[in-house]
Amino acid sequence: MTVQEKIVEIIAEQAVLEVGDVSLDQSLDDLGIDSLGLVESIFAIEEEFDIQVPFNANEPENSEFDISSVQAIVTAVEGLVRAQKA
Amino acid sequence: MRRVVITGAGTINALGHNVPDTLEAMREGRCGIGELEIRDVDRLSVKIGGQVRGYDEHAHFNRQQIALYDRFTQFALLSASEAISQAGLTFFGELAARSGVVLGTSGGGLSTQDENYRVVYEDGKNRVHPFVVPKLMNNAAASHVSMQWNLKGPSFTVATACASSNHAMGQAFQMIRYGLADVMVTGGSESMLCFGGVKAWEGLRVMSKDACRPFSANRSGMVQGEGAGAFVFEEMGHAKARGAEILAEVIGFAMTSDAADIVMPSKQGAARAIKGAMQDARLPKEKVGYINAHGTGTAANDKTECAAVADAFGPHADSLMLSSTKSMHGHLIGGTGAVELLACIMALREGVIAPTIGYEEHDPECALDVVPNEAREAKVDAVLSNAFAFGGLNAVLALKAA
Repeated sequence: MTVQEKIVEIIAEQAVLEVGDVSLDQSLDDLGIDSLGLVESIFAIEEEFDIQVPFNANEPENSEFDISSVQAIVTAVEGLVRAQKA
Repeated sequence: MRRVVITGAGTINALGHNVPDTLEAMREGRCGIGELEIRDVDRLSVKIGGQVRGYDEHAHFNRQQIALYDRFTQFALLSASEAISQAGLTFFGELAARSGVVLGTSGGGLSTQDENYRVVYEDGKNRVHPFVVPKLMNNAAASHVSMQWNLKGPSFTVATACASSNHAMGQAFQMIRYGLADVMVTGGSESMLCFGGVKAWEGLRVMSKDACRPFSANRSGMVQGEGAGAFVFEEMGHAKARGAEILAEVIGFAMTSDAADIVMPSKQGAARAIKGAMQDARLPKEKVGYINAHGTGTAANDKTECAAVADAFGPHADSLMLSSTKSMHGHLIGGTGAVELLACIMALREGVIAPTIGYEEHDPECALDVVPNEAREAKVDAVLSNAFAFGGLNAVLALKAA
């Protein structure tokens, strides 16, 4: 499974949707994921990829970790996974 | 209706091991938050807290007592001793039967749980100390205070997360007001600064890694503290008859439930509690000069709290002062309202308003007078103390000068 597939799976589970119903251009808001759902998704991502995601719920818009869309999250996680392997 | 006054105060927290030291630190705007000194701190991503420093349990308690007293119980006992000594009361006979203790805590003996889970899960031992249960139970602190001081009336523990102390003090107030007791020892205690305690909070991603900056646009979250605050609440006639020094009068209390979200606060729930406390106190809103804010330093709290204050006070919101002393002592969770009540008493008695330190940048969504960085001299006649807990449980106290 690619990083993208895994992330879509995690987000779909949080949103209580089928994987096929999650598209990359959607925001978490579009998918109905609230702040608790976001924190849980990030936890699941960290566990899945064994990475540390720099995210503070107090300032989501200022975090180094871009969560503006599913695609943005995939890109950010791919970067973190690369950095961790390097 | 009977009136209720405060005749004793005690505390131990990151700012001081007693009331005078704590108030001096608040007047000076000193910060008690620093690097955590706890086991396995290197495995935490949040490494700061408002820890009680320079504290040696052996200086206060003997070996048998320490076997029974978790750190949160020790803090409660020390604070209660200071408060009761100041009040100058001894409890025997009818007075003992008419006096009780209601304390708040959220984690209870969390350090005891943490240590003993480590023993069985990490160290693989199959035996724990026989007193683990009486040491960790949430009512241990209230029970030991009752035992030490012979308080034989209504006694119990309140756990409503960050509002525990305010709920506890509200109960104590109502019990005296409505004749269930004549004297109540009340407040709250917390000691969650152990590996498991901090690790659990880390998970929520609302903790700051550098400082607690309530109401400041560049806030980065909350910082945990530890300690306790205790007060002697007494029926006014009883206090006056014995010539006791009155620190302040408790005039109102209200509690509400958001019935909405387990972590996100609600403006309506908070505003209803604020208005309710003023109504209960028959206090016109223009009389309120100072509010000790819940002010956790999270975006969710600070914006909601300011909106709730604006909603409850209307135009008067712009002429009152609102500060968060959590910026100095950290968030004592179930003990926080008790330590913060000290700032309310200081405002009423000494005319000194404790500051919100660490304030760096104006936030248009928190556009109230937050008494930034430096304490201020101001005469106030009535104050409120806000507490808004996870779970949407809100508790607000109203006090006036003696």
